[in-house]
Amino acid sequence: METLERIVLEQKIFAGLDPDIGALITGCARNHHFEPGAYLFHEGEEAKEFFLVRHGDVALEITSPGRRTLVLNTVHDGDIVGASWLCPPYRWTSDARARTHVRALGFDASCLRDKCDEDPRVGYAMMKRFTPLMVSRLQAAHMQLLDVYGRPEGV
Amino acid sequence: MPLPYRVLAVHQDTADVATLDMEPVGAAIPEPKPGQFTMLYAFGVGEAPISVSGAPVNGAPLVHTVRGVGAVSNAITHLHPGQEIGVRGPYGTAWPVEQADSHDILFVAGGLGLAPLRPAVRHVLANRDRYGRVSLLYGTRGPEDMLYREELTDWRRMLDVEIEVTVDHADRTWRGAVGVVTNLIPRAGFDPAHTTALVCGPEVMMRFSIMALQSAGLPFDRTYLSLERSMKCGMGLCGRCQFGADFVCKEGAVMRYDRIAHIFTVREI
Repeated sequence: METLERIVLEQKIFAGLDPDIGALITGCARNHHFEPGAYLFHEGEEAKEFFLVRHGDVALEITSPGRRTLVLNTVHDGDIVGASWLCPPYRWTSDARARTHVRALGFDASCLRDKCDEDPRVGYAMMKRFTPLMVSRLQAAHMQLLDVYGRPEGV
Repeated sequence: MPLPYRVLAVHQDTADVATLDMEPVGAAIPEPKPGQFTMLYAFGVGEAPISVSGAPVNGAPLVHTVRGVGAVSNAITHLHPGQEIGVRGPYGTAWPVEQADSHDILFVAGGLGLAPLRPAVRHVLANRDRYGRVSLLYGTRGPEDMLYREELTDWRRMLDVEIEVTVDHADRTWRGAVGVVTNLIPRAGFDPAHTTALVCGPEVMMRFSIMALQSAGLPFDRTYLSLERSMKCGMGLCGRCQFGADFVCKEGAVMRYDRIAHIFTVREI
């Protein structure tokens, strides 16, 4: 358990976390290994567990009938996979597929939400770490939607 | 007056982007510095400001990469080898490749923004021992929109340069990164105390890039970007490209961000 706690606290997103909060969070964590092509989760499934990539590449994908599977984003070492565990209805809104061998930490979402409810310090520590992440992903999504490299109007 | 140049070759980079190699028919323009632009004159159609994407050094041709979006740029991209074009300049400011001597260099390019940065990248790589760590972060719309694919591959083969490429949209056949270029900035791992950043791309991309660079600790006075504004004379006479107190054609197009931060996001300017 000590080893897992050290691994959790080494992750950039948990930098500066109080050790006692780190221990609480580690209580919801476990190690995972995914082969290339394996799915971490599928769109529509309950967001029971989110992941922190320790090593490897994961693609967030959307598939719709009659269209090619589109890659929305790729995430890499140190990145979080999935934020839907934070907000009701706690359902994944894309597929997450390993593009390489992936080593990841998985965090039990229900366990972590319960600890956030029980101790506001845990909830605040998580909010401080996940809000910037969600804001930066929202900004990135804006940029993608804006199609900034698309054809400009004629001049 | 524009000097006549002859088109030597036309490389179709994407469906609407072409790179033209050209040589002077007679007299040549002075050698452009990295980041400067010229006014290209499509005879009988008009002039447009186009950044130099390859300087005529050591016998190399003068190179411009042009996207056909209007009458002039469309006429330029449809030129054929052997045809002539007018060139005047070079105009504007240059990337601070001399001032950044001994610094780490971070290039952030978006879409066609790689073209004005290419002479600076080439300069830095040709003088590699004068700089610290060198990184290029390049974002495009999709894999098919990538400029200078062969040259990017060559740069990537160099063992002391970091080249990261990402695309905004892709299907599974693309094995590289997907996401916006700003995603690459926190991962670039540069030391903000010793880094100069050169940013070029659509203005929205540059705004987000500057925010990401600022979050990573890079000061505004070591962040440079290249502005694009409608230009007519290219010499600071007509005022078409006025940006606050500056004319982009004279005080730009390359500008240090701390000089323009207060007006960069003001819509009316």
